Amino acid sequence: MIAVVDYGAGNLHSVERALRHVDAEITVTHDPSEIADATGVVLPGVGAAADTMRGLERAGVIPAILDAIDGGVPYLGICMGLQVLYEASDEDGGTTCLGVVPGRVVRFPPSQHVPHMGWNQVRQQVESPLFAGIPQDANFYFVHSYHAPVDGAPHVAATTDYSVTFTSALLRDNVFATQFHPEKSGAAGLRLYANFVRLAGQHPRDEAIP
Amino acid sequence: MPEHIPVLTRRIIPCLDVKNGRNVRGVKFSADVDAGDPVELAARYDREGADELVFYDITASAEGRDIMGDLVERVASEVFIPLTVGGGLRNADDMYAMLRRGAEKVSINSAAHRDPDLIRIGADRFGSQCIVLSIDAQLRSDRDSPWWEVVLDGGRTPTGLDAIEVAQRGVELGAGEIVMNSIDADGTRAGYDLDQLRAVSDVVPVPVVASGGAGSIEHIRAALVEGRAHAALAASIFHFKMISIERVKRELVAAGLPMRMDPFAAVAVSGRPIRHSREGGNPDRT
Repeated sequence: MIAVVDYGAGNLHSVERALRHVDAEITVTHDPSEIADATGVVLPGVGAAADTMRGLERAGVIPAILDAIDGGVPYLGICMGLQVLYEASDEDGGTTCLGVVPGRVVRFPPSQHVPHMGWNQVRQQVESPLFAGIPQDANFYFVHSYHAPVDGAPHVAATTDYSVTFTSALLRDNVFATQFHPEKSGAAGLRLYANFVRLAGQHPRDEAIP
Repeated sequence: MPEHIPVLTRRIIPCLDVKNGRNVRGVKFSADVDAGDPVELAARYDREGADELVFYDITASAEGRDIMGDLVERVASEVFIPLTVGGGLRNADDMYAMLRRGAEKVSINSAAHRDPDLIRIGADRFGSQCIVLSIDAQLRSDRDSPWWEVVLDGGRTPTGLDAIEVAQRGVELGAGEIVMNSIDADGTRAGYDLDQLRAVSDVVPVPVVASGGAGSIEHIRAALVEGRAHAALAASIFHFKMISIERVKRELVAAGLPMRMDPFAAVAVSGRPIRHSREGGNPDRT
């Protein structure tokens, strides 16, 4: 069973629908014991860093998420589910995050229109089963105002250019996260979910992907 | 192109006018389009490579909005690209209902022109990225220089408001995107109102979506290049299968515009799907 963490994220249902579409067996939950038993953990997210951290704290799911990550369970973070993995974010006057990976999330330069919203290219920087069947430079759908810088940052799995080059996907062992929204990215996004579902030990329905 | 919005792909957005849960354009005149089930049509557009879908509820009654909510939910379970819903949204609760059912964005029109504060309320509650301000505008020549007047109810109700000013004010209040619908061009298939598009694109720092008048790929190209729009919305040319989305995008790429070519959804020129190896890597580059 894959646990989709329910802490009030706006895109929870979209993520849930995309996973169900590729036949993932999921439970939408904030119950720490269900997260502990899961063979995969998905953290959706959209909105602001402080709201996200508050939502996670209120739902009481942070220890269970960190235990799953430490225990080697495949983790998939989406958008804010990527940003909260870093030590901190500049958003909301500075927000302490989960600190799973080193680094700080920053705002796009003022010269740049925010949010970065729309389809943009994702340049894969590593080989991973998570990118299986997804062409280099495929377009994915983004909506965000803050980003994780690339310079000197470890675990960069993919990069995207929006005046600056930022981390559009992160990969460290069992921890994978995307700044883009695969649940709104057409067939390429569904393929990414199917790849994750397979890593979580399940058998996604490939025919569900155009 | 405005420098403040670089590199993003230009978008092709098919628009579905929905009445009582059925697509109405495309049913009346074409036997090609099946009974007009918006879910099937949405799935077809997705397969052809649409970047986003817009649904306008043209019933716009309370009952119509319930049906629309169900429809959004059904489409959102089948189609995994951003959905925008508009038509008769009067307040933040109406917007919330659509976002909750699976819409990515809501498009507000008449209610926002009657009470611009609705834009601010929506943006504060849901974020600017959710709020699309749709403006129906008609060319006027009763002043020293031509101007575009915001009109409501499909052109029947003039407002005296200048469309360019309304667009600027809308962005200040929090609109994340502006749809410019030319009432003069709408339904003519004679091309978008390029002067109007350029006038708005030059003064607002958010993407402008061209609407009204699409009849050919050249019209779409002109809207994106001369009109400086970031996206082109079209209804009948896609419903009637006059042009496929896939072909539009292919020709726009050839014209030098950045477009998202969905390698899975696209149908190759040969008519067969483009295949990729499971290892990834873009065959176009190898």
